[in-house]
Amino acid sequence: MAIRVQPQDFDLGAEIAQLRANDARVGAVVSFIGTVRDMNEGAGVSEMELEHYPGMTEKALDDIVAQAKARWSIFDALVIHRVGPLKPLDQIVLVAVTSAHRGEAFAACEFIMDYLKTQAPFWKKEQTAQGARWVDARVADDKALAKWGISSANSGGQE
Amino acid sequence: MNIQLRFFASIREALGTGQEAVSVPAHVQTVGDVRTFLRARGGVWAEALAEGRALRMAYNQQMTDASARISEGCEVAFFPPVTGG
Repeated sequence: MAIRVQPQDFDLGAEIAQLRANDARVGAVVSFIGTVRDMNEGAGVSEMELEHYPGMTEKALDDIVAQAKARWSIFDALVIHRVGPLKPLDQIVLVAVTSAHRGEAFAACEFIMDYLKTQAPFWKKEQTAQGARWVDARVADDKALAKWGISSANSGGQE
Repeated sequence: MNIQLRFFASIREALGTGQEAVSVPAHVQTVGDVRTFLRARGGVWAEALAEGRALRMAYNQQMTDASARISEGCEVAFFPPVTGG
């Protein structure tokens, strides 16, 4: 189980190769990558700054991965989240999970991502033509976590 | 009691500071009490930490609600809803 919070980009192929290296039990690898869009809430985004809470971020991600491991029989998981300035097309986050069969890996990967969206202390600030703005939390993200039986009020009910 | 305060994102910007060491009086016993105590400073503090505003809290780097008890030397953080991923 590895957690990395870093300004640097990452290489999916290299990360997956390392995650499943020498582990012949693995029959399924599922990964998710989140990237920077050039449009959000009707405005063009030219740049994004990602802030986090050093120390707490790593603990929160560790806890999320531990919860995934308790729910599904997965072998390993990797979470990489970038911080600092990012531009459209840039990669933001990688979640990768290995297991014997695909069901566990698909579910655990989605769970980790849903959990991260509402419980890990990251914040996005976008640069638009109208100036800089903090991204609002989405009710849809709270609802995504609710499907795993976990209630979240991160968005404060703001649509 | 001496505690460490941390602020992030829009809250940090509104307050003009990311951290502060503060001594709180004995009646301040929970994270929610700390919020009320800071709000009493008025101005940007009253605004950024206003009741009813979507605000999340952490006690010693764990998400918590207002009822968490504080302790000597602990770290209390206030920040807006998270938006990573």
